[in-house]
Amino acid sequence: MRQFLRLLARNRLASLGGVVITGIAMLALITPLLPLQHPDVIDTAHRFLFPFSEGHLLGTDQLGRDLLSRLLWGTRLSLAVGVAAALAAGIVGSGMGMVAGYVGGRTDNIIMRAVDMLMAFPYILLALAIVAALGPGLMNALIAVAAVNVPFFARNIRGITLGLARREFVDAARLSGKGHLRIILTELLPNVLPVIVVAMSTTVGWMILETAGLSFLGLGAQPPQADLGGMLGQARSAMITSPHTSVVPGVMIFLIVMSVNLLGDGVRDALDPRLRSGALSRPRASTRVARQHAVPAPEAAPADALLAVQALETQFHVTGRVYRAVNGVDLAVKPGECLGVIGESGSGKSVTALSVMGLVASPPGVITGGAVRYRGEDLIGAPYARLRDLRGESISYIFQDPLSTLHPLYRVGDQLAEAIRVHHPVSRAEARARALQLLHDVRIPNPEGRIDDYPHEMSGGMRQRVGIAMALANDPDIIIADEPTTALDVTVQAQILGLLDDLRRDRGLAIVFITHDFGVVAQLCDRVAVMYAGQIVETGPTAEVLAAPAHPYTRRLIACVPELGGGRRELAAIPGLPPSVDALPDGCAFAARCDRAVADCRAGRIDMTGTGARSVRCLFPEEAFA
Amino acid sequence: MTEALRVTNLSKTFPRAGGLFAGARPGVRAVRPVSFAVETGETLGIVGESGCGKSTFARMLVGLLPPSGGEIEIEGRRLDNADPARFGKMIQYVFQDPISSLNPRKTIRQILEAPLRLLHGMGRAERDARIAEIFDSVHLRPEFLDRYPHEFSGGQAQRIGIARALAAAPRILVLDEPVSALDVSVQAQVLNLLARLKDDFGLTYLFISHDLAVVEAVSDRVLVLYFGAVVEIGRAESIFKRPRHPYTRLLADSAPVVGRPLRAPEQRGSELPDPLDPPPGCAFAGRCPRATDLCRTEEPRLRPMEEDQLAACHHPFED
Repeated sequence: MRQFLRLLARNRLASLGGVVITGIAMLALITPLLPLQHPDVIDTAHRFLFPFSEGHLLGTDQLGRDLLSRLLWGTRLSLAVGVAAALAAGIVGSGMGMVAGYVGGRTDNIIMRAVDMLMAFPYILLALAIVAALGPGLMNALIAVAAVNVPFFARNIRGITLGLARREFVDAARLSGKGHLRIILTELLPNVLPVIVVAMSTTVGWMILETAGLSFLGLGAQPPQADLGGMLGQARSAMITSPHTSVVPGVMIFLIVMSVNLLGDGVRDALDPRLRSGALSRPRASTRVARQHAVPAPEAAPADALLAVQALETQFHVTGRVYRAVNGVDLAVKPGECLGVIGESGSGKSVTALSVMGLVASPPGVITGGAVRYRGEDLIGAPYARLRDLRGESISYIFQDPLSTLHPLYRVGDQLAEAIRVHHPVSRAEARARALQLLHDVRIPNPEGRIDDYPHEMSGGMRQRVGIAMALANDPDIIIADEPTTALDVTVQAQILGLLDDLRRDRGLAIVFITHDFGVVAQLCDRVAVMYAGQIVETGPTAEVLAAPAHPYTRRLIACVPELGGGRRELAAIPGLPPSVDALPDGCAFAARCDRAVADCRAGRIDMTGTGARSVRCLFPEEAFA
Repeated sequence: MTEALRVTNLSKTFPRAGGLFAGARPGVRAVRPVSFAVETGETLGIVGESGCGKSTFARMLVGLLPPSGGEIEIEGRRLDNADPARFGKMIQYVFQDPISSLNPRKTIRQILEAPLRLLHGMGRAERDARIAEIFDSVHLRPEFLDRYPHEFSGGQAQRIGIARALAAAPRILVLDEPVSALDVSVQAQVLNLLARLKDDFGLTYLFISHDLAVVEAVSDRVLVLYFGAVVEIGRAESIFKRPRHPYTRLLADSAPVVGRPLRAPEQRGSELPDPLDPPPGCAFAGRCPRATDLCRTEEPRLRPMEEDQLAACHHPFED
C-alpha cells in the first residue's frame, strides 16, 4: 500500500488530478453547510448578472438564480450520479463477468453474446433509447449510463476470472466443501477486486460526462433541479450575450473529468506489477559490468581450457538490496569435454551460465568481478559488437523450455535459416538447405516435412531438438545447456542426452551442462562442479565425485535422491533451507545445515583445496584425497 | 486387510463440439476403462508420461471431473457422481504446484479453516485446536498461520497444501506430482513427512509421478499408464526390475541412473498416437520393437503374468 502511494505520488499529473478531484469532492460534500443562496430562487430582475457582481460571486443565470450556488449543488448532484452509475455498472458488469468466466460453457456464451449485442449499438444511441423508453429524469439517465457501461466491466472481469477459475486453488476450495456461489464470493472476488476498482476509477469520469450529455439534451435532471449538464443546456441560448453562464459549468465538467481520468490512469499504472519491479525499463543489450576487484590474470586459467570462468561474481541490485547470486566461480572446459554444473534452485548455476555471454538482464544484474576467457580473450566488459559476434557463432545456449525460446509465429526452418544468415552471408536457399541438414543432424524424423512446422505443432521433445539445432546452427565451439531436459519425459530425455553425447564426440564440442539431476550428470558429463549458494563447493571427475563425495553437501544431496532399483525406503533429507543470497553468512554457506560444522566453519572465507582434478571447499572434507 | 478404494471400468471421454453441419463427432478418450483396487494403508504409485491421462484420472477420483463411465467405491460406498464436498470427506487431493493451489489473497488460517467449517461443521474453538494439531504434524510453526502464501518457499507451501488436505480428515490422499516442483533436498523432506503422516493417520495414498525412482521409493504397488490405459501393474520392487510390458521396460531403461552408460533405448519415434484418431490395436505398437500384426489389430487386455503382476501385452517379456 505504501509502495502504491509512493509510485502514485511520483506521477505528477496523477497527483495533480488527485488534488483537484479531492478539492472538488470536498466542496461538494460541504455544500449544504456553506452560506449560499438557494439555488432555485428566481429573481428575474437580476438575470444575466456578470461574475463578481454584488451578492453573486459568479453572477446569475437567465432566471436570475445565483450561479455559484447552482454550480456547487449541480456538481454535488453530477458527482453523485457519476459515482452511482460507475458503482452500478461495476457491480452488475463484474457480476456478469465473474459468473460467465467461472461457469463457462453455455452460460458464458449466452451472457457474453448479450453483452456483445449491447456493444453493437452506438453508445449514446443506446443511452437515448433507454431514456426514451423509461422517460426523462435523472434516475433514468443514471440507469441508461450504467447500462451502457456494463459491457466494459463484464468483458474485462470475465477475462481475468477465466484465468483464475482454472487455477488449482479453485479446485482446492471445491474439495474443501465450498459451493459455487461461495467460491465466486470468497475465492475469486478478492482476486478480481483490485481490477474492478481500477476499472471504476478510470471510467467514472466518462460516466459523469455521459450523464452531463443526457442532461444537456434535456433527458436527465429536470428543471429547476441543478446539475452540470442541465445548466449547460439551459445556458446554450445565451451563449453569445452571457458566455459566463455556459463557461462556469463547462469549466467544472472539464476539471472533474480531467482530474478523475488523470488520477485513474495514475492508479492503474501504479498497480501495474511490472512498473513496480522496475522491469518496464528495457534491459541493456549486455549485462552491466562494474568490477570491484582486479581482473584475474590469464595465466591463472588452465592452459588447455577453451572457456575459462575465473572468480566470476554476479549480483542483482534491487531497491537497496544486493542479491549475491554468484560469488567467485571458477570453471574451465576443454574441447570435446562435458562439464556438469549441478545445484538446487537459487544456487547460481543459471546466472553463472548467462554471465558468460553477458545475458543476465541488466538492470538489475551487475557483473561485479572476475573474468570469462574464451581462447584467452576476456569477454567480461567486451564491447557489445564483439559479444554479438560470438553469441551463437562460438558459444551458444540451449534453454529449458524451447516453447518460450522459439518464436511462435515463425516456421522453425525460417528461424534456423535466420540464425545462420545473421552470422554468415549466404543465400536464402543455401541457409534453408543447411537448416534442413541441421534438423537431420538432430534426428528429427522426416525433416523435409517438419521444416515448415510452427513450434506449437511439435511435441516437447521435437521442439528441444529444434532448440539444439538452433544452438548448432553456426558450428559453435561451446554449448551451454541450461536444464535442457528438465521439461521432458524420461523416454525423450534419454534420446536428447544421447544426441548431445554423440554431437560432442562427432564435432569436438565442449558442453557446459547445467542440471539438478545426478543421474543425468553421471551419464553425460566427464567432470562435475557442485554449486551451493553461489559458490562451487566441490569439483572433480564425475565418477570420483559421485562415488566418494568430499563435501558434506554433495554427499547428502546424493543421498537425498532416490535411485531406481533401490526399492522402498526412507530417504535421507537435508534439514533446513539454503541461505538467502541477500543475507549470506560468513564462512561456509552450508554450515547451518551441516552436522559436521564447528565454529571455524562460520569464521571466514573458506578456499577451495585439493590436488589434481579434485578440489573441495570444506575444512573437514569427508575423505582425504591424495 | 480392507479395501480402501475400488475403481471399476472408470473412463473419461471429452466430447468434441460437432461442426455446424457435421453433427456430433466422436470424443477424445482421455482415460480408457480402468479397474483396480487399493487396500487400506497401501501406497499405489501411478506412473506415466505427459499425455497419458494421469491428471484426468486423478481429478475423477476426487470428484472434480465427472467420469464418463464406471464406478468409484470408497470403503464400500459408491461415490461416482457425487459432489466434490461428499468426496472431500473421504478422499483429498494434493496438487503439483504448491503455490498456485493456495489462494494468494487468503491467510493460511483461512485456507485451513474452510474444510473444517464446511465439511465437518466445527465451531471456532474446535477449529483452532485442530488446525494447531495439523500444523504441528506437518512441522510448521504456528506463527505462519496468519501469513499469506507468497511468503513461503515451495517446500513450505507444499506442506501447507498437505495440511489442507489432512484437515478434511480423509481416508485417502491423491498426491498428484507432489514433489516434482521441489528441489531434491526439499523433496526428500516432503516424502519422508508423507510417509510418517500415512502411519500416524492410517491413510491410503495414490501417488502420481513421472519420476520412477521416487515412485519406487514410496509405493507398495505401481500402475503404469500409457495413452489413457493401464499397461502394467505390479509390486514396486519387481515391476521395474522385471518389466513384462515393453513400455514399462522403456521407461525403466530411460531413467538416468548413476553408473549406467548412456544409451538411448531402442524405439521408433517417441510420438504418442493421435488421440483424435486412436489406432485400432495396442497404442504402443508404433513405438514397440516387438510389435506384430496382432498388436496393430487387436487391443491387448490386462492379464496376470505372475503373482501380483499384470500386463496388457500380446508379447510380454519372459524371464
